[in-house]
Amino acid sequence: MVRSGTLILNVAARFLLPLQLLFSLFLLLRGHDEPGGGFIAGLVAAGAFALYLFAFGLGALRAMIKVSPRDLVGLGLLFALGSTLPAWWGGEPFFTSQWWTVPIIGFKASTPLIFDIGVYLVVLGSVLTAITALMTTDRDPDA
Amino acid sequence: MMQLAVLSGFVLAAFAPLLYRWLGSRTTVFLALYPAAIVVWLLAQWPSVVGGEPVLLEMAWVPGMDITLTFLIDGLSLLFALLIAGIGAFVLLYAGGYLHGHRDLPRFLVILIAFMVSMLGLVLADNLVTLFVFWELTSITSYLLIGFNHTDLSARKAALQGLFVTVAGGLALLAGLVMLGSAGGSWSLVELTTRGEALREHPLYTPMLICLLLGAFTKSAQFPFHFWLPNAMAAPTPVSAYLHSATMVKAGIYLMARLQPSLGGTEAWVTILSLVGAMTMFTGAFLAVRHTNVKKLLAYSTVMALGTLTMLLGIGTQGALVAFVVFLLAHSLYKGALFMVAGILDHETGTKDVTAMGGLRTLMPVTTAVALVAALSLAGLPPLLGFIGKELMFESVLHASHFTLLLLLLAFAAAFLTIAVAAIVALRPFFGEQRQTPHVAHEPPAAMLLGPAVLAALSLLLGLMPGGLDGLVQAIVVGIGAPEANVHLALWHGINLPLLMSLAALVLGWLIFRRWDRLRARLAYLDPVIARGPEAGYDAIMVALVRIAEWQTRALQNGYLRNYLAVTLLVLVGLVGHAFFFRHTPQFDVSISVYLHEAVVAGLMIAGAVTACLMKSRLAAVAAVGVMGFSIALTFVLFSAPDLAITQLLVETLTVILLVLVLFRLPRFANLSAPSERLRDLVVASAFGVMVTLLMLAVLGGERLPRISDYMVENSQPLGHGHNIVNVILVDFRALDTLGEIFVLALAAIGVYAMLRFHAAEGTGRLPTRPRSSDDGE
Repeated sequence: MVRSGTLILNVAARFLLPLQLLFSLFLLLRGHDEPGGGFIAGLVAAGAFALYLFAFGLGALRAMIKVSPRDLVGLGLLFALGSTLPAWWGGEPFFTSQWWTVPIIGFKASTPLIFDIGVYLVVLGSVLTAITALMTTDRDPDA
Repeated sequence: MMQLAVLSGFVLAAFAPLLYRWLGSRTTVFLALYPAAIVVWLLAQWPSVVGGEPVLLEMAWVPGMDITLTFLIDGLSLLFALLIAGIGAFVLLYAGGYLHGHRDLPRFLVILIAFMVSMLGLVLADNLVTLFVFWELTSITSYLLIGFNHTDLSARKAALQGLFVTVAGGLALLAGLVMLGSAGGSWSLVELTTRGEALREHPLYTPMLICLLLGAFTKSAQFPFHFWLPNAMAAPTPVSAYLHSATMVKAGIYLMARLQPSLGGTEAWVTILSLVGAMTMFTGAFLAVRHTNVKKLLAYSTVMALGTLTMLLGIGTQGALVAFVVFLLAHSLYKGALFMVAGILDHETGTKDVTAMGGLRTLMPVTTAVALVAALSLAGLPPLLGFIGKELMFESVLHASHFTLLLLLLAFAAAFLTIAVAAIVALRPFFGEQRQTPHVAHEPPAAMLLGPAVLAALSLLLGLMPGGLDGLVQAIVVGIGAPEANVHLALWHGINLPLLMSLAALVLGWLIFRRWDRLRARLAYLDPVIARGPEAGYDAIMVALVRIAEWQTRALQNGYLRNYLAVTLLVLVGLVGHAFFFRHTPQFDVSISVYLHEAVVAGLMIAGAVTACLMKSRLAAVAAVGVMGFSIALTFVLFSAPDLAITQLLVETLTVILLVLVLFRLPRFANLSAPSERLRDLVVASAFGVMVTLLMLAVLGGERLPRISDYMVENSQPLGHGHNIVNVILVDFRALDTLGEIFVLALAAIGVYAMLRFHAAEGTGRLPTRPRSSDDGE
């Protein structure tokens, strides 16, 4: 059975998790211009949580992320679907991409970015759903 | 923009549970404001529509495929939308009383409003594809509504039956609409109306007509598909009052009326519609009198009305179309009211059986009055709107060009049977001696009485002053194919043949009502015959379907991964190979120069694959597959595709994690397959590899089509505002594909979850009584 990890793994996971998550956000946001994007970023984030899961077990992971991974999947689909709608307000066809520049910081916000966030959440949620489901049937003592 | 206002109802539906938490029992009143606002907006369009100027609200949806969200508000859609929104508002109020304090009321409201929006979309849509989308949405939401009491087996069965019948018809409808759209050269209903000549002479006319009518007949419960409607009475009564009287079952009628100018008037149209309609009319009326359950009585009389409407469209003369409109409106008003009265009876007395009720008039005088007025309209007696509708119906049947005598006989029989039904529903529970019912009856709350009272009052008011409808009826009749009409509705047409027929029907209907108890006992002898009716056919088809599913599951989905792969790969080799060698003459370009490092990477891949097959331990095999995966990633790097390389690396990593989790659960490694089986698998795998290789060589060697990637490269920055072409394709150019893919991914995740958590106990197909461990986050 999968048992909670060793000291080295525990310490490493504790420090790596925030870095990995930050990196995944970085990949997500820069994805439109540089290698990256929602799919890749979602996989990186899932990998980060998987590391934490191996180090501390299922109970600790659930206590940390609080929401059910399946809710992340649903939320991601909602984001992706929601990104198709703003075009209608501009009188343009469904799914036409919309771009806005956030004042002061000059950040390019857009419906493709919202869509990509949806992809990110779906990928993250799906992988976590599979992993936690596999762990649970292992009758992990923490579950 | 109005489209968004109407469709925002879906958002409202999603927030209904939240509203319920805040507003409690006042939620339904608040929600009813939405349909009420739509009624106001529709009434604002009335002058223009009645003046002969249909309103066309244009809006693009998927312009590349001619799919629009354009709303068409002409007479027909105005009438339907008014009924849907108007009765919808009352049904919401009514449901608040009927399901007061019910645990699942929020869920009910979500589905009911989603249904309402779908129905509005269906009657307002101008585009065939959009119409179909809303059509299917009404099927799905009505499935959820019929099966609302999902712990009740019969409700689930009825819901599935309704879904299967209407969705099977929906498939036929889709085929019909595609034929209609391509034959007519337009996907817009407005345009198709003007192309009737060409459509009626088109070689695809007959198949198109059959497919479209199958869709309409199943939805509108025409014989022999009528059986699902009475079974759908398992739904809570607000649903029956809404879906099964005024709205959903009339969707098929709406479609046929809509298509009348494009497809109507031919020999086939007149024959099919008049005969099926008349048959349905008679079947519904006849089967109604066998029942004592007040909802079933009303459901069968709805079947009767739907048949009448179809028959009138089939007759298709100007008089018949006028009768169609008046009958439609009259039926929606009185049937909505009567269903709500039936719900009140059920709610206040605790029984649905009319023979168990009696003398309720002293306990619930207002309900009695409402029931009487609505039933008079159902019976077609003056001075109600139902009377005008029935007189016009008799009049047009007398002037039908085909099957006049047959239609007349069936219409007369249906009329007196309907009068008997009206008497049973309105007199039996309220008059006669008082009977003991499970609850002591009293008047329902005002929210439940308001709807039926207003609808019954409208039946009376419009019957007394039908002139107010002249403009609308005229607009509709002209819109659905009658030549310039001049409509003047009147209550009194003088003493003529229809009036005499009505009188005779009244006498006969009254006789049946007086002898109803004895008649029912006689009719019971017919039960074995009726049991062999169309519903038996449905059951047989369902049994056969399950058998076929079992057989094909055993044959194809047998649980052996290698068989799945073999089937998939062989089919692919067969199809691609066929297209490859019989449709084209492939030219292979073998003059490829390979650098040394590329050859090394390729060698690594091959070595990884071969090693994985030969390994005697799982861990080693996984490692070997990993070598292959990382070599592929390396290839992506060599050909400067960083996104693909990163994805490949990450997927490889996660695969290892998943495999580690799974490996613990697998039995000891063993070679279970015989050498011959492994040889067979080798052949399949090699065939697939060879095919893919040949395909790649042919792609390189064949004539070059303009490359789509050039477009992507050029437009990524100007149109997509991004430098990473892969990402721009994923989230912008091909975002619809990605949307589909993430839905598949989500489904796969749910599948994995369901398979692992609710794993069938030892393959018996039973769910474990409780989850094996505490659930996550619930």
